[in-house]
Amino acid sequence: MKLSKTLALVATAGGLAASPSAFAFFKGAAVPERFGWLALVAFAIIIAITMYVTYRASKRVTTTQQFYAAGRSISGLQNGWAIAGDYLSAASFLGIAGLISLYGYDGFMYSVGFLVAFVTVLLLIAEPCRNIGKYTLGDILAFRNDHKTARLMAAISTITVSIFYLTAQMVGGGLLVKTLIGIDYDVSVIVVGLLMLAYVVFGGMVATTWVQIIKAVLLVCASLLLVVCTWAPYGFSLPAFFGGVVTDPKVQAQVAKLLGDAAANMSASQLGQRFLEPSLYLKNPIDQVSLGMALVFGTAGLPHILMRFFTVPNAKQARLSVIWAMIIIGGFYLLTLLIGNGAAINVGAATITSLDKGGNMAAPLLAQYVGGGPESALGNLFLAVIAAVAFATIVAVVAGLVLASASAISHDIWVGIVKGERATQAQEVRAARVCALIVGAIAIVIGILSKGQNVAHLVGLAFAVAASSNLPCILLTLYWKRCNTGGIVLGMIVGTLTAVGLVLVSPNMTYPQTEIATAQKVIAAAPTKHATLQSAVDAAPEPAANAKARAALKKGDAEATAAEATVTKFSGQTTSLVGLEKPLTQLKNPGIYSIPLGFLGVILGSLLWRRDKKAEEMWEELYVRQNTGIQAELL
Amino acid sequence: MATEPQINWAAIDADPRFQELHRRKSRFLWLLMVLSVVYYFLLPIGAAYCPTLFRAQVWGPINFGILFALSQFVVAWLIAYVYYRKASREFDPMAEELARTAASIARPS
Repeated sequence: MKLSKTLALVATAGGLAASPSAFAFFKGAAVPERFGWLALVAFAIIIAITMYVTYRASKRVTTTQQFYAAGRSISGLQNGWAIAGDYLSAASFLGIAGLISLYGYDGFMYSVGFLVAFVTVLLLIAEPCRNIGKYTLGDILAFRNDHKTARLMAAISTITVSIFYLTAQMVGGGLLVKTLIGIDYDVSVIVVGLLMLAYVVFGGMVATTWVQIIKAVLLVCASLLLVVCTWAPYGFSLPAFFGGVVTDPKVQAQVAKLLGDAAANMSASQLGQRFLEPSLYLKNPIDQVSLGMALVFGTAGLPHILMRFFTVPNAKQARLSVIWAMIIIGGFYLLTLLIGNGAAINVGAATITSLDKGGNMAAPLLAQYVGGGPESALGNLFLAVIAAVAFATIVAVVAGLVLASASAISHDIWVGIVKGERATQAQEVRAARVCALIVGAIAIVIGILSKGQNVAHLVGLAFAVAASSNLPCILLTLYWKRCNTGGIVLGMIVGTLTAVGLVLVSPNMTYPQTEIATAQKVIAAAPTKHATLQSAVDAAPEPAANAKARAALKKGDAEATAAEATVTKFSGQTTSLVGLEKPLTQLKNPGIYSIPLGFLGVILGSLLWRRDKKAEEMWEELYVRQNTGIQAELL
Repeated sequence: MATEPQINWAAIDADPRFQELHRRKSRFLWLLMVLSVVYYFLLPIGAAYCPTLFRAQVWGPINFGILFALSQFVVAWLIAYVYYRKASREFDPMAEELARTAASIARPS
């Protein structure tokens, strides 16, 4: 009774956004004000379906195995969809389509690493983890090491990685909902948070899994439809489609803008062709390799992905789930290539960036275009559907992250360390629910506090920390006999600190002096620019051209005002968060240093630690178990 | 866990059938792993250091770079398929055989 009431309450909170008063917020959003109700209906349908799933699940979730691992009843195919649901965050759905629409080839290259990452998961991680793990990363690391120490390190690392990832999702999600349908940032963060809490607290892993599956299926279907509509005019021919990209004036203009002076001697067709070539976005090859390392090795260390392998009955199904996940995720990124380029031709970089600088609106605006344009009902219906799918994506990913952190706190810290592994099922499930509530509340607070912060690099950092601390510890405890508690401790510390430390001294941070210098350049150029634009206004007599020139003038003046605001904001500050005047390194992605150092940390820590009899005795059990799955069903 | 039968892990570890499984599996896994990592890093390195090759138009406006990036998907899927086949045909039966006889494998004297 109490449960259904609470669920109704959450649904109302979700519906709050759907109340007529919310229509006032639609100004300046991607969905025009008069079509706002379409978006709200689409949101309401998705919320209603997932709430029903949660309600059904909540009746089943009474044991720890149900709460943390969905009773190990998820099949390989279902888990493959759920992994795709966990992995395809709004950043990869909207972000990569956006990068491709603005920068062409480099955006696509970016997506490749996200797929290749699963080869590591398939070959080295999925099956052994299923064979020796119970519910968390801590279970794997504690298998042959000191239980309390290993659990503590695993829990801290799980929470660190999840919080970085979570912050990026909450801030990105809040902004996205605001840009799409104009709902206030704080309101959307709270709605996302409450919905996610309802899934996790009441439905545990059962509801979270089904929410991931529903969301992944919706995401793939919507993308397929978008691709069919975009590609059909080219007769589903790849060369014809790319021919359309290369010859499009909007694409050519975007390349000319990106290249600046270098584009002066290039013909229109050369500019168009340049869009399909590397290095319009990714300029530093070392940085790219570094990012690639973080993606390829980090995915296997993401706690919310690892946790998915505990939901299947055996190692064979774990293997099958990675195979399905690779088919779905790979297929999805191939669709993104067409969506991104389709948005570049049909919508154009200028329109996309006018709503969101990072390009996140590329896919939604393409949906609006193929449906008939900004004035059509069908176009806005399609846009509303894409917006609702993006919203479901954010909620589902956040739910997975919160569940992973809550499990680390309740299973590893509370039951494993505080209670010394002595707690009844009912006690542990209650503890897990309380932890989920706490983590969820923290996520909402972080989301609201980080409003307006640049958090884009936090996803990269989450991957880098996972690759530098979790992966070395998991791999070496699974495959190296000499690995022991000392190695886990040193590896976790070195990996996490170097990854975070390198980002703190990197160009990702804000450097007041650089910001002021850039702003002052704009201010210095402002009077000349104003005069040029003003004369353009005077020289344009016909109304259309005049309005355009006026808009340009207004934009130029706004830039100057913004630059002055920047100078005021940073005046008096000379150093970044960690007291630096300028970055110590030009590297934006720390992986290339922090990953080898993480491995070195585990190796040195293990060798320096006293010879650990237990870890070496347990090695045979661990090694036999992970390869054969003997007694895995008893875990 | 009172019903859990006692397993002599060290004995299984020393069993020649397990040693054979371990030998075949490790060699195969690390080979695929190295192959996959090397092939993947050819993409960012190639894009940075062989721009002429990546620019070369192969199929209408489609250049080598796009085809190479697309080949990454094919290679990742192929590696997954090759591993899946090998694991289900070769490793699974070996592991199942060990699991079936696990309780009766005694410590070698």
